[in-house]
Amino acid sequence: MLDLIQYGLAGLTMGFSALTVHNVIMILTGCALLYLGIKKDYEPLLLLPIGFGAILVNIPLSGLMAEGGLLREFYNFGVITEIFPCLIFIGIGAMTDFAPLLENPSILMLGAAGQFGIFLTLLLALGMGFSLLDSVAIGIIGACDGPTSIYVTSKFAPHLLGAVSVAAYSYMALVPLIQPPIMRLLTTEREKRIKMEYPEKSVSRSLKILFPIAVTIVTCLIAPMGTPLMGMLMLGNLMKESGVVSRLTKASENEIANAVTLLLGLSIGATMEGAAFLKPQTLLILGLGLLAICLDTVTGVLFGKLMCLLTKGKVNPLVGAAGISAYPMAARVVQTEGRRYDTNNWLLMHAMGANTGGQIGSIMAAAIMLSVLKGMGLG
Amino acid sequence: MDNLTKGLVLTVIGMGGTLLSLWLLTLIIQVLKKFFPYSEAEEKSGKEVV
Repeated sequence: MLDLIQYGLAGLTMGFSALTVHNVIMILTGCALLYLGIKKDYEPLLLLPIGFGAILVNIPLSGLMAEGGLLREFYNFGVITEIFPCLIFIGIGAMTDFAPLLENPSILMLGAAGQFGIFLTLLLALGMGFSLLDSVAIGIIGACDGPTSIYVTSKFAPHLLGAVSVAAYSYMALVPLIQPPIMRLLTTEREKRIKMEYPEKSVSRSLKILFPIAVTIVTCLIAPMGTPLMGMLMLGNLMKESGVVSRLTKASENEIANAVTLLLGLSIGATMEGAAFLKPQTLLILGLGLLAICLDTVTGVLFGKLMCLLTKGKVNPLVGAAGISAYPMAARVVQTEGRRYDTNNWLLMHAMGANTGGQIGSIMAAAIMLSVLKGMGLG
Repeated sequence: MDNLTKGLVLTVIGMGGTLLSLWLLTLIIQVLKKFFPYSEAEEKSGKEVV
């Protein structure tokens, strides 16, 4: 009898006795992510479930990531199969308005320049001794695009998924802090004050409908491995612009996006198990991810300066910083910076154009990497 | 081919490919704008002319 009571009580202390220092650190990390999401409003939709997932998976003996465990099932169903990032893209497509980009198509080039940080970081990671596929996963943080980062990482380096996704989403939220100093450093007073003209309304409804179809066909033929991402983004946008499936559009941007965001966040948090996450390489990945976004901003602004030169001062180089995928944060940063130097300078619509170009550019960069690696026999 | 060489190839094709693809898209948008110009009538009717 006494033995039974003793064993019974031991069952209640097992969790405490199995708790490791790694678990405690990761539980605190999870709490820090919750703090950033709840108190600081940094990407709360993702950081809250990721933070809570990190806490759950670090509770010893919970079995959540064991075979058949709840979070393992979410992870296997949505992340390993890449279903979650693709579904998120339908929602993003349904929420994105490409009209500012269509008004001024040349701004799309800034969306390409804003991806160069991905490739430069890839080279740096290789130089630091990471394998090629790990370097690709680290470089893709520079896409500043959560679903794309998760898609590429789950394909090539699933063991880095926790670090890469946390870096991607955290830095996306920190864009308003990361970008301005670089933008100020790389532009002159005169460039900062350049006002960009607003073209007359020139985007027809037909064009808005044909755009996602044309983008899908062209980009997916160039880099077929990116079809799931680009296809879903453009499907979402086509549903929105066609106006004939409003129920599906609303479901995509609300119910589907919300449910998938919750499950995706929990699944990512579940990859942050202490023993696997707390390694020196995680810190390196976080550092390289930050560098990737800084390099994106540098190349975007420098390309903006080139466009400014070629157009004889018609493009404000600050808009180049919006050529990343963090939508609409990067565009807002450009608007704020522009008005800092001239309160009558309204760059928002141009920045929105570059920002949506960055969304297309980040998927295109990832798609090209996937296709080139496939061509090399590595995909 | 070592990893660094593969990485360099990936970087060159990746940056060049992204730039060229997006440039191609700007051309396509320009062409589409020519064939499907903005018109008040279409906006009012709410029907696409495709």
